[in-house]
Amino acid sequence: MKEQLIFQQSKKGRRVNSLKLDIGDSFSISKDKLRETPLGFAEVSELQVVRHFTRLSQQNFSIDTNFYPLGSCTMKYNPRACNKLALNPDFLSRHPYRGETNSQGVLECLYNLQSILEVVTGMDQVSLTPMAGAQGELAGVAMILAYHKKRGETHRNEIIVPDGAHGTNPATAIMCGCKVIELPTDKNGNLDIALLKDAVGPNTAGIMLTNPSTLGTFEQGIGEISSIVHDAGGLMYYDGANLNAILGKVLPASMGFDVMHINLHKTFATPHGGGGPGSGAVAVNEKLKPFIPLPVVTKTDDKYRWANTDDFPDSIGKLSAFMGNVGVLLRAYVYARMLGGEGMTEVSNFSTLNANYLMKKLQKNGFKLAYPGRRASHEFAISLKEITKETGATAMDVAKALLDYGFHAPTTYFPLLIPECLLIEPTETESKETLDAFVDAMTDIKARFVSDIDGIKSSPNTLALTRLDDVKAVKELNVRFG
Amino acid sequence: MSFIPHTKEDIATMLAEIGISDIEALYDEIPDEFKIGTLEGIPSAANEMEVVREITALAAKDKFGLNFIGAGAYEHFIPSVVWELTTRGEFYTAYTPYQAEASQGTLQLIYEYQSMMSNLMAHDISNASLYDGASSLAEAILMAIRVNRTKDSKKIIMPRNLHPSYKAVAESITTKQGVELIDIEFNPADGLINTQDLDSHSDATALVIQNPNFFGSLENVDGLTDWAHSQNIIVIAVVNPIAMALLKPPGIWGERGADIACGEGQPLGVPLSSGGPYYGFMTTRGEFSRQLPGRIVGKTLDSNGNEGFVLTLQAREQHIRRSKATSNICTNQGLMVTASTMYMSLYGEQGLVDVAKSCHSKLNEFITAIKNLKGIEVLFDSERFHEVAICMPKSSKKIIEYMESHGISPGLDLSLYFPELENTVLACVTEVKTTEDIQAYVSLLEEALEVIE
Amino acid sequence: MSEEIILYTKDHEWIKKTGDQSYMVGITEHAQDALGELVFVDFPAINAEFSKGDAFIVVESVKAASDVYSPISGTVIEINDALNSNPSMVNSDPQGDGWLCIIQSENADMSGLMNEAEYKSLLETLDH
Repeated sequence: MKEQLIFQQSKKGRRVNSLKLDIGDSFSISKDKLRETPLGFAEVSELQVVRHFTRLSQQNFSIDTNFYPLGSCTMKYNPRACNKLALNPDFLSRHPYRGETNSQGVLECLYNLQSILEVVTGMDQVSLTPMAGAQGELAGVAMILAYHKKRGETHRNEIIVPDGAHGTNPATAIMCGCKVIELPTDKNGNLDIALLKDAVGPNTAGIMLTNPSTLGTFEQGIGEISSIVHDAGGLMYYDGANLNAILGKVLPASMGFDVMHINLHKTFATPHGGGGPGSGAVAVNEKLKPFIPLPVVTKTDDKYRWANTDDFPDSIGKLSAFMGNVGVLLRAYVYARMLGGEGMTEVSNFSTLNANYLMKKLQKNGFKLAYPGRRASHEFAISLKEITKETGATAMDVAKALLDYGFHAPTTYFPLLIPECLLIEPTETESKETLDAFVDAMTDIKARFVSDIDGIKSSPNTLALTRLDDVKAVKELNVRFG
Repeated sequence: MSFIPHTKEDIATMLAEIGISDIEALYDEIPDEFKIGTLEGIPSAANEMEVVREITALAAKDKFGLNFIGAGAYEHFIPSVVWELTTRGEFYTAYTPYQAEASQGTLQLIYEYQSMMSNLMAHDISNASLYDGASSLAEAILMAIRVNRTKDSKKIIMPRNLHPSYKAVAESITTKQGVELIDIEFNPADGLINTQDLDSHSDATALVIQNPNFFGSLENVDGLTDWAHSQNIIVIAVVNPIAMALLKPPGIWGERGADIACGEGQPLGVPLSSGGPYYGFMTTRGEFSRQLPGRIVGKTLDSNGNEGFVLTLQAREQHIRRSKATSNICTNQGLMVTASTMYMSLYGEQGLVDVAKSCHSKLNEFITAIKNLKGIEVLFDSERFHEVAICMPKSSKKIIEYMESHGISPGLDLSLYFPELENTVLACVTEVKTTEDIQAYVSLLEEALEVIE
Repeated sequence: MSEEIILYTKDHEWIKKTGDQSYMVGITEHAQDALGELVFVDFPAINAEFSKGDAFIVVESVKAASDVYSPISGTVIEINDALNSNPSMVNSDPQGDGWLCIIQSENADMSGLMNEAEYKSLLETLDH
């Protein structure tokens, strides 16, 4: 059932009466500064609003309703306790500029979260202020540049990224005014070390790596990579997108990384919210500690306080008007408190178990792995290249067909270097039954490549809408009502 | 206490399927030197009952009375519907709507949001959100440089009556690309941009105008916009969305309208929450659509000819354009936009205007109540919205400490950011304050002025 | 180089001489197929100058945006305006109506460009 736009449900003069206000009679703004045009908002009742948005919500797939194996996104269960506690009115009503004395509760939570993240990364200082992974990357590259600048090496402006990297990595390097050097991956899914040796030099600022990589495999030469980059005077940036695979098993600091971000909306189970808010806390070792973005929370004589530029005179500065996504950080803290250290190791153990189990079963059922000789991390890639050649069914077709079986699609066409790629990340919170049902669906779809290719190509066929025309959307751009 | 459903039997079956004997074997590709045995130094796990008690006790430490601080984060009434529905699992636990057919709820909602936000700003197009107001200004600056092909300079005029944190964030984010942020002064008498300083910067690429400005004063936006356009300077408007229900919106400033509008979306249904999560909004004219950063939703048809919605103009974005993207932004602040869309729908055409009018008249009531206090001086003779700067006869730091220890935040200490505004507090009044609240402020301030040396 | 001889780059552009000092440039069948249906072509300004190998046009489909590199050094003197309203002409006729622009060049350096046979064998290596 198609839900009309809220504007199409509008009736002139209708209002939510319980929200009417006394507007007072003291008015002192001159006419030339006032708005003369209508807002163009809908005029609807409260019940209309409730029905409209409830119905819209029912047109979404979500973790709470569907298995959501979106590779690289870690769509694990978001515990409700985290949400409920973060929505405590005493947290919600705190103005960001209220003094520290009357804010010790939230400051203690943030301080404790910083400490926990320092332990799981092996780093020396955490700043919680970046508002998403990409902003954490920006902070990280900015710190790397600030470090080189402090040492008088302002010419170091080259950032190396593997070709399988998230698009945010090269985009971030450019936002920081750097030059991007892209390195290819070898046939086993590892970074090509010989080419890395050629790529590093006196202008190397650093390298940005995800490990396990975006290909779903552990970068086995990480020790050597770290030596090569450090010997050239560069620093190592860890994209924490895949931290869920090694939480409590491997510390990024021990692999030689100097700086990293953690996607709390992935590893620490805060919600994805239909596209955010996320949180991209950064962690650094002693080398980069002076440059950490502010604010961070510190503690003096049992009192929590905001650290400032007196504490960190070389800070790269502020990234948000206030203190990043505090509400997200509170959810992550509650999650970390429930898990404890042991629970964190279970996260990586069971996300890895689920991924390897699912990989094995799909392989047995005839799907081609992108890197068949390798263990899966918490995710793995399959390539439909041969199937596409034989039957015409593409990765996109499989993604859409899965929706008819009640499963959200895996990540499609990423990493770009794997043709007709599906990147599948089941996460630790899914049961064996769910994984088995997913395998059954994939196997059924595979059979239909031959028996019902038209049905596959036209899927989804059971949702409110069939396949949407992306080309038309761009060519006849319509981005607002009216 | 992890959220793992596996039984012992499940684990055994799964290991057998993989062909290994224990989970540890899954890590056999990771060199031993990198592995740790156990994670030491993390507080031990607590069950839900224990955690509820612990966190509730921490929250209670922050229990507080009345807030009169604004300065970029505003306390407005949030109807119950907003967060009851926003935290429905289907919104709360979905992700970026990459699979359009399985995300029509989020996509249609964002399309409705874009419609409302572009109407509110009188612009052609809105994106689906950025992180917050300050970082949206940084993105707007980078966008202005991309669209202004007539200027080689990367100079941006940043009046000092812009929110100081916005300036700080713009500096952290944009200056690495060679952007030069130029301060210009405000008039001490009215707090407005000193227009005499503008002419020496006619080579700039963009002019930033915050309206209402950081002190709550209303700028001469028409004159400023026309001056900028006469010099081929892009106008970036930083505005409060609730104020725009009452004030002239950026799209019709001056002859041609501001080119880009951005700012903090928090006032539209997002709680104060210590500063986040909020969201940044951004709107612009149609001709600049391809230079907007962030997600954009567009309307289209499905294969049966039914209307639906998809993410569009994605070739601007990092997942496709990589190093040549308009921004590195990926995840934005979708859930906050969900709340705002509901908030705007509930208040509707007239309701939002009334919220703005009520804020304005409550501020006037507050100023009337406070200006006759002995030794108090209300700064900046101008038309106002939301905020007023009050110069105190005694230490602003001590007054704030005293009043906060008695349950009222009297405002932001402006001397922290503007050394020339000694002992000055920026107070904010919105529709949520009653006459009794204002009276409580006045009485406590009087008491503070007496008690403090 | 005489008219009607088409040369190719390793980045899948084609170029052919159309006048005394003018050369028409476009993308190949292989390139349009890899990109999918084009939705936008971002042209440079008329009279903009480029060196051989510069990224000077962006062709955009829904799933990709790709730089087009100038096969020679020169000045853009004409763009294919018809593509503004109908960019998918590049897909339907990449080496005909779907041409991109005309470059003027006094001394066009054709080094490194391939003839049709060479380009075809390059495509064959890409298939594997």
